[in-house]
Amino acid sequence: MRSHCIRACSALALALVLPATSFAATDAELADIRDQIRLLKENYEARIQALEQRLKQAEARPAGSAPASVAQPSVAASAQEPPAVASAPAAAGIAAFNPAISAVLQGTYANLSQDPKTYALSGFAPSGDIAPGKRGFSLGESELAISANVDDRFFGNLIVSLTPENTVSVEEAYGLYTGAGNGLAPKFGRFFSGLGYLNDQHQHVWDFVDAPLVYQAFLGGQYDVDGLQLKWIAPTEQFLEFGGELGSGEGFPGTSLNKNGVGSGIAYVHTGGDIGDSSSWRAGLSYLQTRARDRDYAQADVFGSLAQVGFSGSSKLAVADFVWKYAPNGNARQTNFKLQAEYFWRRESGDFTYDRDAQFGPARTSAYSARQNGLYVQGVYQFMPAWRIGARYDWLDPGQVDYGANAAYLATPPFHPQRSTLMLDWTPSEFSRVRLQFAQAKLREGITDNEFFLQYILTLGAHGAHKY
Amino acid sequence: MKSFLAWLLTASIAVWFAPPASAALSVFATVPEWGALAQELGGDAVKVYTATNALQDPHHVEAKPSLIARTRGADLVVATGAELEIGWLPLVLQQAGNPKVQPGKPGYFEAAAFVTLLDKPVRLDRADGDVHAAGDPHIQTDARNIARIAPQLSARLAQLDPENAAMYQSRLKSFSERWNAAIANWEKQAAPLKGVTIVVQHKAFTYLIAWIGLKEVATLEPKPGVEPTTSHLSDVLSTLQRTPAKMVLRAAYQSDRASQWIAERAKINAVTLPFTVGGDAQAKDLYSLFDDTIARLLAGAR
Repeated sequence: MRSHCIRACSALALALVLPATSFAATDAELADIRDQIRLLKENYEARIQALEQRLKQAEARPAGSAPASVAQPSVAASAQEPPAVASAPAAAGIAAFNPAISAVLQGTYANLSQDPKTYALSGFAPSGDIAPGKRGFSLGESELAISANVDDRFFGNLIVSLTPENTVSVEEAYGLYTGAGNGLAPKFGRFFSGLGYLNDQHQHVWDFVDAPLVYQAFLGGQYDVDGLQLKWIAPTEQFLEFGGELGSGEGFPGTSLNKNGVGSGIAYVHTGGDIGDSSSWRAGLSYLQTRARDRDYAQADVFGSLAQVGFSGSSKLAVADFVWKYAPNGNARQTNFKLQAEYFWRRESGDFTYDRDAQFGPARTSAYSARQNGLYVQGVYQFMPAWRIGARYDWLDPGQVDYGANAAYLATPPFHPQRSTLMLDWTPSEFSRVRLQFAQAKLREGITDNEFFLQYILTLGAHGAHKY
Repeated sequence: MKSFLAWLLTASIAVWFAPPASAALSVFATVPEWGALAQELGGDAVKVYTATNALQDPHHVEAKPSLIARTRGADLVVATGAELEIGWLPLVLQQAGNPKVQPGKPGYFEAAAFVTLLDKPVRLDRADGDVHAAGDPHIQTDARNIARIAPQLSARLAQLDPENAAMYQSRLKSFSERWNAAIANWEKQAAPLKGVTIVVQHKAFTYLIAWIGLKEVATLEPKPGVEPTTSHLSDVLSTLQRTPAKMVLRAAYQSDRASQWIAERAKINAVTLPFTVGGDAQAKDLYSLFDDTIARLLAGAR
């Protein structure tokens, strides 16, 4: 096999060398050929340059180049032939159907007086990744959004978040059925629930670096639904929107249930309108019902030791939200003001398991019920173009927690976590923002966290529209 | 969960009993000029809602609840296009659940598609400020553009409301006659303005300038949509020392600070133009909009 190959290769090499030797040209002839090639090349380069120049000139001229309207402004309108059809140029080629793509880049510098690893809200179950990130410099989540009409009936949107830990998570990936009409907009896939006001807004459009405490305590930051959404806008001049969502219910306060059917149900109603030219508002009521099974976490018991506890049962959350925006004559360019408040109320009931390393015998399960609530109020004022200041106050009430027979071991301290936040941001264009934020958080008894953030948010690519 | 499903059922039943649209064609205009034009062409057969007023910066509009509710019930959305409404209209259209007025449908009308757009950028880069890829969208400042758009909008009204087609036709005829006569009049009045040098705050008057032959020598915004900076204003001031201008123009919705600053130092007139219908007390409709615009320019050039 090998010798066969060698023979074939040498034969090939010989065949290649032979013609070269038999038609060997003189040096003078070679130089002549080289000159000719160089001339040809120069000639073509010059012609291409000339063509490029002409192309540039053609592009620089306005479409249709309407010289009449520019050079002879006094021609009567009736003499001008208006273009009969839309003059928008249709892009051609394989990329013509590319979707709208945009990316968000973010990062923070954080100075936190308490270790973010110990972050917790007194009296509330840990709800997920809600801590204020790392101390010092850190990269925020980078977001990649792709959206387009799928066909005449569907619109698709994908928003992927790239975390600084180099993992990828799908924030939203949904389809929207656009052909329903009658004020209906059915959505399906993964999406931020429409409950409350802030929930369906992405983190990079928030007015503060972090989420309000109520969102952290009751929804683990933001409530993402894997399921279906149906919204209906009533045919009235007053904005009136009804929404219903059915989902897997895997997100906090629920857990994965590993069962057929529906894990969470959400219903909400939003209404809003204008007050004169200068003000607009929106208010809403929302309700979330879901179930948790073995929502396990560690909690200090009355003896001061860390015990393993778990909750199984139903979780019902009601949210009232309100937002009011003011801009003189409705012109938000110079100055504007936004007032926003949300109130959360939750009732959980079911079984609660208390387990302390078998020191007290086997795990004890007893009835459990809790009523907890909280709120935040914030105001943001744009005092001159590009500059805004804002203040926010957060307050949580761990409420009445009934541990049933486990009351001998567990208690919820009557401490109200609260936080006061100030921010100043600079928005040189719609696509960039730099923010300074200072917060004083008293989230656990006797512990004050002074948090300082410097944040940047850059948006590039397709021009997105902002939700109200 | 049961009560939730019951609620969902009630909501879907309510859809079927939604009251029928009122007899008049419901028109949702994004800016006052198209609202006024639709009213001129439709008369009593149309019910016009205008989403913004003349004192609002049309680049900075929000997808307010009221706009979603009005789009929900609209038979026709009349927009400028050329990306003027890109920050809010796509979202409003998506949330309104009204397939009739989506782009590409007869219920969606873009005025910019029927005129020749000026100032189409050679280079598309946000480093150049708030540039519009299709060209300058402030097309209403040239009265001849209104004349070009009117027959198209009238035809669209007739397409959506064929019963009144003859009426739209006759209203268009009457409007066009009056409008063309008015244009001739405005052009006669504006003759002394030809070649008059001006400074503009924002590039909002490109079509007006091209129409009546003004000469723009400087812009107060360093880049479109970017607030005037002190250093750029000083540059403009030195430009004006070399090539003097008669006046500085701003639209009614813009802050007067930058143009006052320049006017005081360069000793030129600061002129506020209504920009669209409702921009000042005189600009009550499309006719008085141009009457007032020309009058203010003439006063400024004196």
